[in-house]
Amino acid sequence: MAEPQHARPKPTPETQHFWDGAKAGELRLQRCDACAHVYFPPRPFCPSCASRKVSVFKASGKGFLYSYVINHRPAAPGFTPPYAIAVVELAEGPRMMSNIIDCPQTPEALELDMKLEVAFEALDDKITLPVFRPAKG
Amino acid sequence: MRRNQVAVVGAAETTELGVIPNASQLQLHADAALNAIADAGLKLSDIDGFATAVETPQQVCHYLGIKPTWVDGTSVGGCSFMLHVRHAAAAIEAGLCKTVLITHAESGKSMIGKLPRSIPADSLQGQFEAPYGVYGPPSMFPIPVLRFMKTYGITHEQLASVAVVQREWAAKNPRAMMKDPITVADVLNSRMIAYPFRLLQCCLVTDGGGALILTSADRAKDFPRKPVYIMGTGESVETPMVSQMETFNSSRAFKVAGPLAFKEAGIAHKDVDHLMIYDAFAHLPLFGLGDLGFMPHEETGQFIADGNTRPGGKLPLNTNGGGLSYMHSGMYGMYALQESVRQMRGIAPAQVPNAKISVCHGVGGMFAASGTIVFTNER
Repeated sequence: MAEPQHARPKPTPETQHFWDGAKAGELRLQRCDACAHVYFPPRPFCPSCASRKVSVFKASGKGFLYSYVINHRPAAPGFTPPYAIAVVELAEGPRMMSNIIDCPQTPEALELDMKLEVAFEALDDKITLPVFRPAKG
Repeated sequence: MRRNQVAVVGAAETTELGVIPNASQLQLHADAALNAIADAGLKLSDIDGFATAVETPQQVCHYLGIKPTWVDGTSVGGCSFMLHVRHAAAAIEAGLCKTVLITHAESGKSMIGKLPRSIPADSLQGQFEAPYGVYGPPSMFPIPVLRFMKTYGITHEQLASVAVVQREWAAKNPRAMMKDPITVADVLNSRMIAYPFRLLQCCLVTDGGGALILTSADRAKDFPRKPVYIMGTGESVETPMVSQMETFNSSRAFKVAGPLAFKEAGIAHKDVDHLMIYDAFAHLPLFGLGDLGFMPHEETGQFIADGNTRPGGKLPLNTNGGGLSYMHSGMYGMYALQESVRQMRGIAPAQVPNAKISVCHGVGGMFAASGTIVFTNER
């Protein structure tokens, strides 16, 4: 039997643009054309004012570490503990769950509010995951 | 809803709690239901309203042989039973039914006849949380903790004291799973699960169940047990994704449900004699004390560390030992409700002397949902 695999997202019609963006090396968010609210996760209407007139745009990819755990056990398939499961607050406002790469997975290295920038990790030829690393400079 | 118009007249847990290798999850529902019906001095045929979570009402009603005219299958996680109490009280007041049975059971440890919990890969959780290595509640529920600690200056020692104090209560409960005393050092030296939380800051995993029977307050006086009145109720939901909470400094669902229940009951915080705050993990009592308005969040850690919630303290909290030490089959809300009812009946193993008002606050999912019930034993 094959090893249990890293969980793979399966896009829906409402989220396809996000996953297409990640594959193209872009973090895509949505902004309401009516009230300018920026939101995540994707949906074809504004969760703030209910307008269906919304646009997809390329986000800056910048953010900061809002909170996290360092998971020791049980580990998810495809992950080697200990690994951090983080929530990143994006410069545009929304937050998203992610992993932090290029950084020791320790409380000392993972400082709340540290500046982060997006990076992309291909899971396979269809799905690329946005992840974050400490911002340079 | 009008206060004190509906009462709990039957309450019981499963005959066994802990590891129950000889019963399926469905049979545990029945065991709890039959115990509650006996407690109320009723027959199954007296039940005309039914509520449960995870399992469907039709599954449990068919197994028990109940023919209801009102059902509620609200399933929002471990506080579903608080919502059932609220909905049942409204249904009884509206005349939709007279006698409601609410059941919970989970074969959380033995996993016999337990429905699978899976996250579809095309759900929002499957797309935007699961790929980052979340794997069960211990990897998700504590995610807000570090932000909460930084915002309010809460310490690791204070969060460890939650488990220490609750073990003191558990030691007084013969049915509690874990009764041996522990220290803050024991908690901070226990096995790391998901930093910042260690084993003793995470709930137990057990088998068990519980059931409640509600009827109108007018009928309640004719039942064998002392009625426990529903004084106030509240409920809300926020998000199934912990990463999408409005803030990690509080729970929006708590801040809606809790104050609703206090307002409906017409009580102030100083009126509360006994408090249950669903503790799947050690941070929940701190969120609860703050979000329900007992004190500023900044003070919650020190309040518990100072012993104010321990036996003999001024605000007895989680007096069965809680999900950390009493039991936790997966949806603990029913056991919190059972302890509130025992306290209001005056029969709890760690009875709070002269307690007249009990607040029972539940969480569902990872801060996804919330339900609050205010009980009283005086009409």
